[in-house]
Amino acid sequence: MRFWFFSIAILAAVAAAAFIVKNEFVFYAGYTVLLYVVLATAWNILGGYAGYVNFGTPAFFGLGAYTGAVLYKAFALPLGLQIAAAAVMSGLLGLIAGLLTLRLRGIFFAIATIALVVIMETVFINWRYAGGATGLQLLRPPPTAPFESYIKMLFVIMAAMAIGAVAVARYIQDSWIGRGLRAIRDSEEAAECSGVATLKLKVFACTVSGALMGAAGAPMPMYLSFIEPASTFNLNYAVGALASPMIGGTAHWGGPVIGALLLSSLQQYVSVTISNEMNVLVVGVLLVVFVVAAPEGVLGLLRNAMAPKPWTREAVQRRVVMIPIVIAAGVALGAVLYVLFDFLIAKGERVIVYSVLALMLPGLLYLAFRFIRWVFNP
Amino acid sequence: MSAAGPLLQIKGVSKHFGGFAALSDVSIDIARGERFGLIGPNGSGKTTLINCVSGTLQNEAGSILFDGADVTRKAAYQRTRGGIARSFQIPRPFTSMSVLENLVVPLEYVAKLNDAQASREAMQILERIGLADKARTPSNRLSQVELRKLELARAMAARPRLLISDEAMAGLSGSEVDEVLKILFDLNAAGITIIMIEHIMQAVMRFSQRVVCLDAGRIICEAAPAEIVKNPDVQKAYLGA
Amino acid sequence: MMPLDLLFEGVLFGILLGCFYAAVSMGLSVSFGLLDVPHVAHPAIMVLGAYCTFVLSRLGIDPILAGVLLTAPFFLLGMLVYRFYYETFEKRGTDAGVRGIAFFFGLALIIEVGLILVFGVDQRLVEASYIGSSVRFGDIRIPQRTLVVFAVAVALTILLTLYFSRTFTGRAIKAVAQDEPALRLMGANPVRIKQWAFGIATAVAAIAGAMLIIIGPVEPNMDRAYIGRTFAVVVLAGLGSMTGTVAAGLILGISESIVLIHPDLGASWAPAVSFALLLLVLGIRPQGLFGR
Repeated sequence: MRFWFFSIAILAAVAAAAFIVKNEFVFYAGYTVLLYVVLATAWNILGGYAGYVNFGTPAFFGLGAYTGAVLYKAFALPLGLQIAAAAVMSGLLGLIAGLLTLRLRGIFFAIATIALVVIMETVFINWRYAGGATGLQLLRPPPTAPFESYIKMLFVIMAAMAIGAVAVARYIQDSWIGRGLRAIRDSEEAAECSGVATLKLKVFACTVSGALMGAAGAPMPMYLSFIEPASTFNLNYAVGALASPMIGGTAHWGGPVIGALLLSSLQQYVSVTISNEMNVLVVGVLLVVFVVAAPEGVLGLLRNAMAPKPWTREAVQRRVVMIPIVIAAGVALGAVLYVLFDFLIAKGERVIVYSVLALMLPGLLYLAFRFIRWVFNP
Repeated sequence: MSAAGPLLQIKGVSKHFGGFAALSDVSIDIARGERFGLIGPNGSGKTTLINCVSGTLQNEAGSILFDGADVTRKAAYQRTRGGIARSFQIPRPFTSMSVLENLVVPLEYVAKLNDAQASREAMQILERIGLADKARTPSNRLSQVELRKLELARAMAARPRLLISDEAMAGLSGSEVDEVLKILFDLNAAGITIIMIEHIMQAVMRFSQRVVCLDAGRIICEAAPAEIVKNPDVQKAYLGA
Repeated sequence: MMPLDLLFEGVLFGILLGCFYAAVSMGLSVSFGLLDVPHVAHPAIMVLGAYCTFVLSRLGIDPILAGVLLTAPFFLLGMLVYRFYYETFEKRGTDAGVRGIAFFFGLALIIEVGLILVFGVDQRLVEASYIGSSVRFGDIRIPQRTLVVFAVAVALTILLTLYFSRTFTGRAIKAVAQDEPALRLMGANPVRIKQWAFGIATAVAAIAGAMLIIIGPVEPNMDRAYIGRTFAVVVLAGLGSMTGTVAAGLILGISESIVLIHPDLGASWAPAVSFALLLLVLGIRPQGLFGR
């Protein structure tokens, strides 16, 4: 019950913010962050709980977006019905694709999901009613009362969807279905021999996951006032949906939420302050570092940090000595690199700077990780 | 559902992996309530046969009948729900779950118990098998011996009519072997048919009423335990030509 | 349906294209087909090879020669990547599959973006004597670079097939793919063999990259277009079969070429061909044409 209390409180706060905050950009950015919360949570149902990593998010998301767009163009359907229809369509896609591909082993399934994305994209490139390759322009209807701004309305709707998605994930996680999915993830053969109907459960997870992603996609054409295949079925959606739970933690519904909030916000920040490409680099590096060094994600790290530890005097003393040394070394190294890179960039040698950075950064991050780990684990 | 008639009928089962024949035309009948031993050197096809019976693998030729019904095309989970349970030779615990939870899975999925009932019955099984003090331990922290006991416990939790134990006693000490044997004897006394695959000959001898020896995918001998060790083909299979 | 001479042209180009796809997929045939590594970053490494060829060509080195020169550093890179992958993932068992795929995906992203940062999003191309001119066979013009790539692809295929069937290490690699415990019993170290194999796979990817940039201009996210193609070829071939890779490459090349040239279909349908083929194979005959 605590969950619902907090959820309603959060939703109320979000709605209130929609009326108080004037800066529209906050809502544009916030919409994207919340979108990834939904996508990450949905992804985690199949990818995290059942362990079937996949890159199929753009297919379900895109189908949902186009369902909304086409229904709006044909019947001027209100957004609520668009979302419902999108959920049904993408859920159906999840069901069919799942039945066809979930008998395959992990990596084959992952590649098959990329196939699904490309095939979906190809279908919509060749469907002229939906705009074909050039896309479809859409005129937004006026926002429903009491909202005066369409984007603020979308923001609140997405917040509600995020809570809904999390509620679904939480329900599945705590139920017998969740336990079955975890059994599949740990050992599919043993799960089958323990009476778990693995294919049925996987297809169920795929259907629910797809439906949620489709629902999240429906408002997209309204958000952009425009829809076209290349950006809608872009693999970057797969990246965010996959990286957020991997970074946040895949075992619990809180993981994708934390992961998406952190990652997506970071991406928005980097995108605006540095460059669009840099934000993909950030995701890539974080993904690799977490997958290697912190397999249980941020949640796992937090749980580890809060667990009781056998602290001894020597352990504490060692840390009191090492931490300042390492920080000093880090600052010194940072200063040296900063000066060096500044000098090189001024001379126009950007290639060298980027290459060295690229090679060093993952290694440094990894070392930083290991050090922090060591600090908290006597 | 014939009261007479064998519980498990393996008829002419063959299984190939590429060009390699793992099983060739294997036929065995297992009677209800029987204690059956399956022996053979490494690579003779024992686990492959068990995989075909449990549904983990599909045999290309032949059929498998359980309690009179043809289960050859049935998925593994359907066979488990129908009453066939097996343990794995190399333990496959649900590593993200505690020992207790590992047993809750089959209890929920086969016996259709709710959370509370399943936990209770799981504890009972753990007490029988001697793992009760490890109930809350994550299963990825168990010793090899404890893992094998967990495998057997998980198979027991599926409330089987036919229990297949695949080398459950490997690495156990003498007294532990006795412990596990006693559990198997008790299960059999309660009506469960048991197939035991073992390399520990004294366990097979004490336990089985009938023994079959496999070699290179074929049955080379079927006899009472006392005779099978004297059989020259069996001796050749184990010691080499 | 389709006029016969158009079909003939489609098939002809398809054969040339198919050999190119086969050569490009050889590396993946080793790393994924034989070693079972979920190497979704293989196309990205190939594109990296293409860009390295570009850099070398700016220094005046012929692209094919550049490709050959790059095999050594890429071989070392491959060994390093595999060693890291093995220590981090394969050793630790269960969760490895999930995280392994995510790892290579992240790696592909990093390579992609790294290339964008260094070279920008514009296309890059190389120049050589055989690029830009065509050869006439009767009515049909075949670009010379396509023939050059075809020749390299054939040579590469022959080399690799011979390597895996005649040399000791080559056969050891095949053995490790089939029966690792037996190999260990014979005293060979499976990890080092797999490392070596992965190195070879990556070196082949370097040459594939050189061919890629010879055939046409490259851009950083081209790897996405090739994930489908390379995996389709490897799966259709049957994991680990070199000759199968050629056959599968040809099938893919010809299908794609026909779709491309077809008056009603064309370039907007071509990307889906490889993936449709892949799904078909996975659905009907997952072990591929020559699978083990």
